[in-house]
Amino acid sequence: MKKFVCTALAVCMALSLAACGGSGSGSSAAGGSSAATGSSAAASTGEGGSIKVGLLANTSDANANYGNAVKNGAMLYINEVNAAGGVNGKQIEVVAYDDKGEATEAVTAFNRLLDDGVTAVIGSVLTGTTIAVADESYAVGMPQITASATAPGVTLLDPEDESSGIRENVFRACFIDPFQGEKMAEYAFEKMGVKTAAVIFETGNDYSEGLKNAFVEKCQELGVTVTNEEAYSTGDVDFKAQMTNIAKSAPDVVFSPNYYEDDGKIVTQARQAGYEGTFLGGDGWSGVGPYASAEDLEGTVYCSAYAGDETFESAYEAAYGEKVPNMFAPLGYDAAKLMLAALGAAEDQGLEAGSDEYKAAVIDALKATDGVEGVTGSYKFDEFNNPIKSAAMMQLQNGEEVFTEMF
Amino acid sequence: MAFLSTLFSQAINGLQSGSIYALVALGYSMVYGIIMLLNFAHGDIIMVGAYVVWMATANFGLHPVVSILLAVAVSTLLGVTIEKVAYAPLRSSPRLSLLITAIGISFLLENGFQLIFGAGAKVVPEFLSGPSLRLGGATVSFSAMVTLAVTVAIMIGLTLLVQKTRLGKAMRAVSEDMGAAQLMGINLNTTISFTFALGSALAAVASVLYLSSYAQASPTMGSMLGLKAFVAAVLGGIGSLPGAMLGGLVIGLAEALVSAVGLSVWKDGVVFAILIVVLLVRPSGLLGKPIKEKV
Repeated sequence: MKKFVCTALAVCMALSLAACGGSGSGSSAAGGSSAATGSSAAASTGEGGSIKVGLLANTSDANANYGNAVKNGAMLYINEVNAAGGVNGKQIEVVAYDDKGEATEAVTAFNRLLDDGVTAVIGSVLTGTTIAVADESYAVGMPQITASATAPGVTLLDPEDESSGIRENVFRACFIDPFQGEKMAEYAFEKMGVKTAAVIFETGNDYSEGLKNAFVEKCQELGVTVTNEEAYSTGDVDFKAQMTNIAKSAPDVVFSPNYYEDDGKIVTQARQAGYEGTFLGGDGWSGVGPYASAEDLEGTVYCSAYAGDETFESAYEAAYGEKVPNMFAPLGYDAAKLMLAALGAAEDQGLEAGSDEYKAAVIDALKATDGVEGVTGSYKFDEFNNPIKSAAMMQLQNGEEVFTEMF
Repeated sequence: MAFLSTLFSQAINGLQSGSIYALVALGYSMVYGIIMLLNFAHGDIIMVGAYVVWMATANFGLHPVVSILLAVAVSTLLGVTIEKVAYAPLRSSPRLSLLITAIGISFLLENGFQLIFGAGAKVVPEFLSGPSLRLGGATVSFSAMVTLAVTVAIMIGLTLLVQKTRLGKAMRAVSEDMGAAQLMGINLNTTISFTFALGSALAAVASVLYLSSYAQASPTMGSMLGLKAFVAAVLGGIGSLPGAMLGGLVIGLAEALVSAVGLSVWKDGVVFAILIVVLLVRPSGLLGKPIKEKV
């Protein structure tokens, strides 16, 4: 009997493992072969011909909710344009590959896009894959725009050195990490009259450290005293010791450039430690609502790329049958919009799609972007190919994330 | 004065997390004392307990007391089942096989829960709330008071159980010499099952206390907690119940003080450095009996 139970258990385990393996390979096979053309209307034999655009996103890995949102957002805009007659009478033909969130896969996918003869690339989604692709696209002068890779090193050749030069062909639709830190410091100083601030950040996390460094530097510049710089490591759940230190200095605000799960715990424990001031954060706070009580969160301010846009949200819901999952979808939509606007400029010059002159014209047009109205704001690029746009300030009121103003 | 009140607050912080480590460490120590097994799945029992509380309160809206009882019941049952299914058949195998099985069970639970509930954290609504206490310049939160009180009560209860009851005597006898205990008419299976049940019930209590201060359940929450509790058990002397208690509190205090002086990044490092130092200098731990090798 005992033997039987053991054998049965072993078989169950083996089966469950096999099932895991099966679904894994199944999905990756599906991902690999997803050279889906974007729109059924992408008939390259049509009257005006077509323009081939590559789309790279991680649609089958652990962070697939980011990749799928970007892909859906971008496809939403491209399908809208195609339905309205395309760019300069030409349909946009999308060649989409799954890069599985891995740098090597992303480079392979990019090379396949080159073989497919694309004129521009939208992607990738994560910072690591985007930088890997940017190295390749820079070498061949391929116009590239990422919706969501926030690290400075995506456009800067040496992320540590602003004078190292940039990849002229690479653009992005989102903020860079330090931007949010600077914005929040300025907001605290100008709008809230803050004189003292503390920070708590996750060591070893580029996002968290990037925001924190920018915030602290800006505070020093503005004359805001930073009372505490507390750190924690990935996976920590207990922040009471740090919060006790902060509560003792009682700064006007605490800047917590972390993700919502941690932010929730940080706020709760700060209140337990007796801290009563306001929390500030970056876009990682989006969705924090359920992770701490409304009372503890009240008044928290964070900046976000996306403040909500009803037209976009209803169009997205109609197309995909689900609500806009996160800000990656609107950013994907805007990335596509920026790229297609630049394609239009190259078309106007009467160049042949796919040629080097055409690509150079697209890059110039992206660089010259001024006032393209996306769902996340009005676009213009700075000298480092990063967007200059205002951030949406969100405030927690009675547990709801409420848009207050553009700053 | 300000310094003293900060020191006091940090000590309370340390004692609160230390109490949770201590409760988990008790489970490690008891099981090791009986069958010489480092039950690495013990941390994941806490995780299961936390998910039960989450299911009961957030999904079914049950009363907190009911959900706590449910968590204790499910964890106890799970602990005993794991022992019967995975460990009992290997009782006469080399200890390494048991250890590997324990690690396997731990992975099975973590990944199983990740598969069913997803990798994200689940928020457990606040279920222990009350006024916090102000002592001079320091605040002691309600959850800290409850945690300390419950831990002290459990410690007293457990000591009485082990010292005064028949089952407690049986546990001590089995841990002293399994073969001789069996010859004296002690039912080995019952005693071992009882030990697992007791350890798992303590783990469930720990999970409730954990949720009262951190409020989030995630599939991997038990792994680091379990490892630190293991360090606590070794520090106190594995197999010794007062030792597990002491070890847990020391680890909690050490963590809080390291964070308080601004070295929070080194928190985990300090805990595992303690493990290394203990193993090098005093492998039997603070309150453990020196090991006599049988020749």
